Parts: sequence; structure tokens; C-alpha cells
Amino acid sequence: MTTTSGSTGRAVPENATHAVGPEVASPPPLLQLRGIAKHFGAVEALKHVDLDVPAGQVTALIGDNGAGKSTLIKAVAGIYPPSSGEIFWEGQRVTLHSPRAAEELGIATVYQDLALCDNLDIVQNMYLGHEATKHGTLDEITMELETRRVLTELSVFTVRSVRQLVGSLSGGQRQAIAVARAVMHESKLVIMDEPTAALGVTQTAQVLELITRLASRGIAVLVISHNLNDVFTVADRIAVMYLGTLVECGPIANYDTTRAVELITTGAGARVEG
Amino acid sequence: MTSPEQTVTEKRAESATAQGVIGSLWGKVRSGEASLLPILFGLAVLVAYFQVRNSVFLSAGNLTNLFVQATIFILLAMAETWLLLLGEIDLSVGYVAALGATTAVILLDAQFHWPWYLALLAAIAVTTAIGLLQGLIIIKLRLPSFIVTLAGLLGWEGVLIFFVDRQGTGGTIPVQEKVLYDLVNGNLSPLATWIFTAASLAIFCWSILRKDQSRRASGLEAVPFVVTLMKVAALVIAGIVLVLIFNTNRGTFTVLRGMPYAIPVDFVMLTVGGFILTRTKAGRYIYAIGGNPEAARRAGVNVDRYRLLAFTLTGVTAGVAGLIYASRLGGISDGVDGGNLVLLAVASAVIGGTSLFGGRGKIIHAVIGGMVIASIYNGMALINMSAATQFIATALVLLVAVAMDSVARRSTASR
Repeated sequence: MTTTSGSTGRAVPENATHAVGPEVASPPPLLQLRGIAKHFGAVEALKHVDLDVPAGQVTALIGDNGAGKSTLIKAVAGIYPPSSGEIFWEGQRVTLHSPRAAEELGIATVYQDLALCDNLDIVQNMYLGHEATKHGTLDEITMELETRRVLTELSVFTVRSVRQLVGSLSGGQRQAIAVARAVMHESKLVIMDEPTAALGVTQTAQVLELITRLASRGIAVLVISHNLNDVFTVADRIAVMYLGTLVECGPIANYDTTRAVELITTGAGARVEG
Repeated sequence: MTSPEQTVTEKRAESATAQGVIGSLWGKVRSGEASLLPILFGLAVLVAYFQVRNSVFLSAGNLTNLFVQATIFILLAMAETWLLLLGEIDLSVGYVAALGATTAVILLDAQFHWPWYLALLAAIAVTTAIGLLQGLIIIKLRLPSFIVTLAGLLGWEGVLIFFVDRQGTGGTIPVQEKVLYDLVNGNLSPLATWIFTAASLAIFCWSILRKDQSRRASGLEAVPFVVTLMKVAALVIAGIVLVLIFNTNRGTFTVLRGMPYAIPVDFVMLTVGGFILTRTKAGRYIYAIGGNPEAARRAGVNVDRYRLLAFTLTGVTAGVAGLIYASRLGGISDGVDGGNLVLLAVASAVIGGTSLFGGRGKIIHAVIGGMVIASIYNGMALINMSAATQFIATALVLLVAVAMDSVARRSTASR
């Protein structure tokens, strides 16, 4: 199996020829979704989605509001278990019925609201729910050293001190802390929902740089974004959703902004089901 | 972007000057991180005012009395702190404390004649069970704590009146057992006062110095050693001054010296509470839930379990407060004003610097706030101000404290 043929090979032959060429006999992608569907009552939020997310690459999930992007990442994060379909993790079939199960596999999700406690400092937020202890009490020294190490590795230097309250950080810094927290616990896949939506120009550049660094460390990144500029800056692969289906997926080189917008708005090139 | 080494050294340089430390203090005061400073200043102003108006205020006898008066506010405020940190409140804590005390007093009287330790334990068990019960109702039925404990405020008063009146002692049950009576009215010997204070100081200073030393040893930023030494010196001086006050003879006809037992009780509750909040996962989670319950839940924290723990700890602390209350009044009556007690408890915690909005506060705030409230009551009585003025003054202090809390909250949120 090749990494990119999953959803697009049959539907868009010209993509397939590009994609199959250089990638020979590679191991299975980190995460493979096959025929994922999700119903909320009578509403079909996801219809038979196939998607591959390879390690060490940034996969951008794009699509208009209501296209099913959030539902899809929530399925992977274990929040909305899919109604049908299969999920393969490192080639093994898995079921993700809770956020905890996803986390234990190494799937970390950074939500749009970041889920940080403003009243706690950076170290406390980074370790929330995973505190290091010594003789039953909190081991602040270890946690602080480790936080500094992770932030240094990710080149997040803009923070004054790791004992700063998170409430006093800028939007970009908060995003960086949320990402760093996701990475710290040995995550292999980091999912990000609109990481740059609320950020200014400089902060956006910093976060995009951080995303690139994650991928270069061998981590798979799945990022939802509405901002095509960001997508074309940072993504290695692109996956377009339209009304609950995944219409196309392939290397970023096969697309330009015009084509992406066309796919997002009309879903043109949607393959026939079955 | 600067290199990591460069940035880190800069930070070190900045934090290594005492001037930098003082400079950053104002920012911390504004954002509510160093909330002790303004209120300690306020307390000093109050003390100075009362001392100028009546020189008895700072006499050893009156100060000892003040500490004992403050104990009930301090302990009830500590009880309230566990819930305020979560953004919850317990309006029933005054009556729950009184109900615990009633349990002890009844079990100690001629009819049951329990040994004192069992009776005191039973009192705390009763208040703990009530805290647990109210917590369960609030969490399992997803009801607001304000309403459930408002029901508690009414209901437990009813239970209190029922049990007190059933004793048939005219609406008041006196404390006749020595240990419970001495809780407030008895004193450590002057020597024991020295020993207790020295031991407490040793523990505190050792923990401060050790923390400082281990941060340095791990290469982490630490406040300049001079500042740490100043902190330790300030604690030692405060301890010695306290001992000198307590050990001065304050008796009129007989010699009366030594630290009232109520002070070690405060101290133990402060130490245990502080330990839970700052050194354990449970404490960390209580802050996290108070700050952002959804974030805590997503981080894998069992939010309901720790909320229930906080309600239970409120019950435990209320039990201790109730025993002190009964001891001070020499009995428990069916006319206990638990409503007023709870308002003063919340006021003490908030005046001390604990936020009403959850997530921010310390156990020590209850101590400072309780001292402020007690100073107002004590000082106003000394300068013969009417009860009306006392209430109004307390109200103004509370308003200022809440306003400061709110400003601190906004300045953190707006950045």
C-alpha cells in the first residue's frame, strides 16, 4: 500500500501518478482511516471518509464550515466514536472510544479553545493531569526542568519564565504552550484545530514555524485551517472535505490556491460512493 | 529570535537583582499574584489607627484576646476557602460548625460522658459527613452549591435548635468538660510556648531554605539568597514577637501567661491546608478546576472526585471551627447566628485575598482576613464605636477587598 492512494487514487488519476512515483514500499502511514462514517440521528456528518496521516508530515484538513472537519478530528481524538468504519494506528486496527484511549496511543489534540488554566503557571499547565511526584508530593523541580527542556527543544523562547501564569501570555504563546503540552507526553500525532485563527501576523508565523518543527521531529501533524495562506506555507499534504466527504487528498504540490478554493466551495471532483 | 542560552542568562541577570524583585512586585500586586502585600498594609493601617485612638489595643492582653477572637473567623474562612477556590460557596458552614460543636457538647455531658477525644472526633465526623452529603447532592444532581447550602443554612439551624432544646437546659448547653473548655481558655506554659514556636519556625524556615537550595542545585532561577534570608529573618522575628506577647503576664489578679491553645490549632490547620494545596495533586487539581473545569477534565482530572474532596475538607475544617466556637462561648445555644458567621467567614477569606470567582487564593489568606475582621471588631469596641459603625466598617473593608479581587481578575484576563 502506498501512502497517498487511500482516498484519492481511484478518483483523481493524475494525483495518483504524482503520488505513487517517489514513494516505494514505505511502512504503513501512522494513522489510516477507512470508510469512517458518523451519524447524529438522521444527520450524516461524515460519509465514508478515507484518510492517511503519515508520520513526519503536516496534513492540512481544509473545507468550508459544516464540511465535517471537526467531526472527523473528534472521531480520531476519541470524542465522537465513528458510527462505522475502521481506524488503523501503525498498521493495527484500533478503536478509539474515549479521549483517554486516543491519548494512550499517542494522539494529542490541541483544541481551538486550548483548554489551559489561566490561573496556573506554564509548568503546572504542561503537567496538568500528569504531575510528577516524589514521595507522594509534587516534584516541582523535575517538572520545571522538563518543561524548560521541551520549550527549548521546540524553540519557544518568547516566554519570560516558565513560572509565569498562563493567563498573562499572548495568544501565540498560549498556542505554543498548548502544542508543547501535547508533544511532551510522547505524542506521535498532534491534531490542531485552527491553531492560527486568533493570532496576529508575528504570532501566526511563530506557530507555523512550531508546526514545521514538530513534523521535522517525526511527529505526524493534522491541522485544520481556514487560512489557505497558512496551509500552503506549512502543509506537506492537503485533504479537502466537502459536505461530509473527503473529496481529495494529496501532496501540496498538486494544488494551488485557486484549485483549493474550488474544491472547498464546490467539492468538484467528488468521487462516486461505493 | 534569540538563542536559548542568551535568553536564559538574561532572565537570570534580571531576577538576580533585588531591585528587579521589588520592581516586579507591583505587577504581581496588580495581577493578584502577591495579594498578601496590600492586605498586610491595610491591616497595619488599621492597627496603627486603633493604637492611636486607644493605647490598650497593642497591649499583650488585648493582642492575645484579638488572636483568640480571630480564630473562629480564621477557621471558618479556611473552611470556605476550599470551596471558593472551586468557584463554589458554602452558606451553611456556620450552622454546620455549630452542629458539630453541639454533638461534642452533648456527648460530653453527664448523660453520655464520652471521653473528650472521642467526643471531639465525633463532632468533626458529623461536620465531615454533612460536607460530604451536601457535596454529593450538589455534584450528583448538578445543583448550584449556593442553593443547596442555602437549604443547609435553614435546615441545619433547625436540626441545631432541635438537639439543643431537647437537652432541656433552657436553650443553652454549657461546656463542662475541661479539654474542650481549655481549647480557647487554656494556655500553653511559657516554656511550651517557646518550644512550640521554635519548632514551627524551624519547620517553616527549613522548608523555605530547602526549596531555595534545591532550585539552585538544579540550576533553576531562584530569588536572590538575600531575599530568602530576609524572608526567614522576618518569620523568626514575627515568631519571637508573638512569643513575647503571649508570654507577658496579662492577668489582673492572677498570673496569666502563655499561648492560648487556639493558636496551635490555627497553625496546624494552616500547615495541613497549605500542604494539601501546594504540595499535592489534589491541591493542584482544586486550583485547576477553579480556573477552568473543562481544561481539567480534558487533562484527565476526575473533576467530580476533587470537587467532592473540597466539600469534605470544608466539613472537616468547619468541625474544628465549631469546637473553637463552643469553647470560646463556653457552650452552645439555640440562638447561634450561623448566618452572620458564614458571611464573616466569606468576608475574611475574600478580604485576605481569596477570589470569589475560583482558582485564586491561599489558606494563609483566611488567617490574614480573619485577623482584619477581628481587628475591626476588637478595635471598634475599644474605641467605643457602636455596633452600627462596626457593621458599616466591615462592609467597607469587604467592598474594597472584593473590588481589588475583581480588578486583579480583569487585569489577568485582559492580557
